Amino acid sequence: MKALAALLLLLATPAAAQSNLPPAELADTQLPDPARERAARALMETLRCVVCQGQSIADSDAELAGDMRALVRQRVAAGEEPAAVRAWLVERYGEQVSYAPGLSAASAPLWAAPLLLLAAGALLARGTLKRRRK
Amino acid sequence: MIAEFGLAALWLAAALGLLQLLLASAAARAEGPAVALRSVRAVAGVQGLMAGLSFAALLLLFWRTDLSVALVAANSHSSKPLLYKLSGAWGNHEGSMLLWVTVLALAGAAVALLERRLSDRTLAATLGAQGAIAAGFYAFLLFASNPFARLAQAPPDGQGLNPLLQDPGLAFHPPTLYLGYVGISVAFSFAVGALVTREVNPVFARAMRPWVLGAWTMLTLGIVAGSYWAYYELGWGGWWFWDPVENASLMPWLAATALLHSVTVLAARDGLRAWTIVLAVVAFSMSMVGTFLVRSGILTSVHSFAVDPARGTFILALLLLYIGGALLLFGLRIGTVRAGRQFEAVSREGALVANNLLLSTILGVVLFGTLYPLALEGLTGEKISVGPPYFNAAAGPLALLMIALMGAGPLLRWRRDELRAAARRIALPAALGIAAFAAVLLLRPDIGVLPLLGLVLAAGVGLASVAPLFGRSLRRTPLFTWGMVVSHLGIAVALAGAAADAAFTSETLVALRPGQAADVGPYRVRLDGVRPIAGPNWTAVEARLSATRGDGGFALAPQSRAFSSPPTETAEAAISTRLDGQLYTVLGRPTEDGRWQLRLWWKPWVTLIWLGGALVALGGALTLVGRWRRERRSAERLAWA
Repeated sequence: MKALAALLLLLATPAAAQSNLPPAELADTQLPDPARERAARALMETLRCVVCQGQSIADSDAELAGDMRALVRQRVAAGEEPAAVRAWLVERYGEQVSYAPGLSAASAPLWAAPLLLLAAGALLARGTLKRRRK
Repeated sequence: MIAEFGLAALWLAAALGLLQLLLASAAARAEGPAVALRSVRAVAGVQGLMAGLSFAALLLLFWRTDLSVALVAANSHSSKPLLYKLSGAWGNHEGSMLLWVTVLALAGAAVALLERRLSDRTLAATLGAQGAIAAGFYAFLLFASNPFARLAQAPPDGQGLNPLLQDPGLAFHPPTLYLGYVGISVAFSFAVGALVTREVNPVFARAMRPWVLGAWTMLTLGIVAGSYWAYYELGWGGWWFWDPVENASLMPWLAATALLHSVTVLAARDGLRAWTIVLAVVAFSMSMVGTFLVRSGILTSVHSFAVDPARGTFILALLLLYIGGALLLFGLRIGTVRAGRQFEAVSREGALVANNLLLSTILGVVLFGTLYPLALEGLTGEKISVGPPYFNAAAGPLALLMIALMGAGPLLRWRRDELRAAARRIALPAALGIAAFAAVLLLRPDIGVLPLLGLVLAAGVGLASVAPLFGRSLRRTPLFTWGMVVSHLGIAVALAGAAADAAFTSETLVALRPGQAADVGPYRVRLDGVRPIAGPNWTAVEARLSATRGDGGFALAPQSRAFSSPPTETAEAAISTRLDGQLYTVLGRPTEDGRWQLRLWWKPWVTLIWLGGALVALGGALTLVGRWRRERRSAERLAWA
């Protein structure tokens, strides 16, 4: 009985997945509308291929990256805002799918760091400069 | 026998490293006997020889594909071409670390045999520091990463090398990179040596400068080569990914670039003493941090570090010991290093301080952005990714500002300059920049802010960087001035290439049947056919493409290769370099209805990126030769007087 259930499940999976999966050719085919394609491409460059090391989905051979490219193109073609697509992917794959850390408690130090570093460096550098005589 | 010989040489080198440290501590004492320095020099020389022999033994093992050695069996294969058998010696953890310590030992030996200007005591202390670093990393190899371990039973054949690494890039990139990356250890040791003997002065700076220049030149070449390798090998047209492994090589470069400029101020004007010492310590510290990142496995996953803690913890302990030790010494001695000379804000020195400040800030941003996600995951389990959008936004504006200053700096006078006079000197380059701004806005207003600023700066700074030659007799301009001009021009050229690539690349992704064609940029690319071919250890499908623009045409043949050991598929891009850019073609998978997926890019002026990078390195080499000639001539003049 268990085996039969498992078999049924196995048979059911592809059909169930089919409806969710974007058309595969979109992984490596551009959208006809250049503006939409540009938006999709810009978004892809900021999404991480979660099974690769240090690659965005825009430049990865991994199958998952291809699926995600197709998905991004499909959603952007349907008129969805890139930010909404990103939010949807983040919800699905976790914060790490986005290469652009948004503003949150966890990422705040990242955005504060450059300013603090620059200020600290400027303070240090002042010591090497002569005050101009008035 | 060869493996045992290599291991014995490695043990000997380690013992000599320790001996070098002991003898040097005696020689660095004020009342130390003069004979000690000679023995330190000799020990450092033999240590370099032993490390070199050990590395040669590893090369020989890979050449002969000695499968009884675990490392060879795991990373080589008898059917590989000879070039990849040899370069495969450092295409793995243990071999790469052996190359690392070999470069460290050879750099120490070179200092021992060639350095004549440094005072005896400082030189002894320097060689002591170099010996101490070497001893730690030898211990790492011997106890945690032995490259010469034997297998109880040799397998019938090896497991092969990752096909992405089977490329001439592997033969060139790691050795060049390591010469710079690890060669910069010499600056670290110089700084430690000068702190020990309290001799932080212009003589010290002039002695250190050629070593910094040499390491920096090799590091630049290594990074440029690595970037081009990634560009053609990965098959997606990207040339910089802000990947942690790339950042690991960029960080020492940023520190070394800052150091190169501050050591010049110390040598010429006796200013920036503390900066120079700190930067020398930081530069090699970044190399060690990078080694830790790449070699501990922490990047693959924070947890793989915990699973195999021996390696990661070992390098981490070495890091803390050396960086902590150097900083502690700095803290203890900084009170006794007299403050260097101060100077006016509007002056050559002032510009160099700004250069140091901006380079250090960029370095801080890259370091923080690389480590932060690791720390966050380690501490809270929260996973975030920090990638190109962050680094471009945080470091991009700083880099552009720094490049703008780079154009102005060499046009300022040493010590003190008048703002108005300086403004007159940069008026012409600034005008060219404004003209470029207007031209881009008129012709292509849609390219985005960073590429626009990049193009504008490239034009203005390109002119500004050759401006120091205006009104001078070109033949009598010293070679090191030429070096500076060429390096600065190289930065502008590379910036132009990067901006043009970001702004003007056109992309076409299509599936074609043989006989069909597609357009990309100014080209029409036709798929003539597809055929199978075989190489020494791979089989492939090769597409025959013909590209035409106007009346001229040429052929391209991108391949999709399948390797059997290990089983992997790689795409070999076919790239055609034209005068005004590159046509980049990649063959993808076949579709179900018998068409072939193609990725085509036309990248105008993209080659300027690496041409500029090569100019930067060439400038370093010219400066090195120029300084050497100048010193030899003044030494001759002294001998005559």
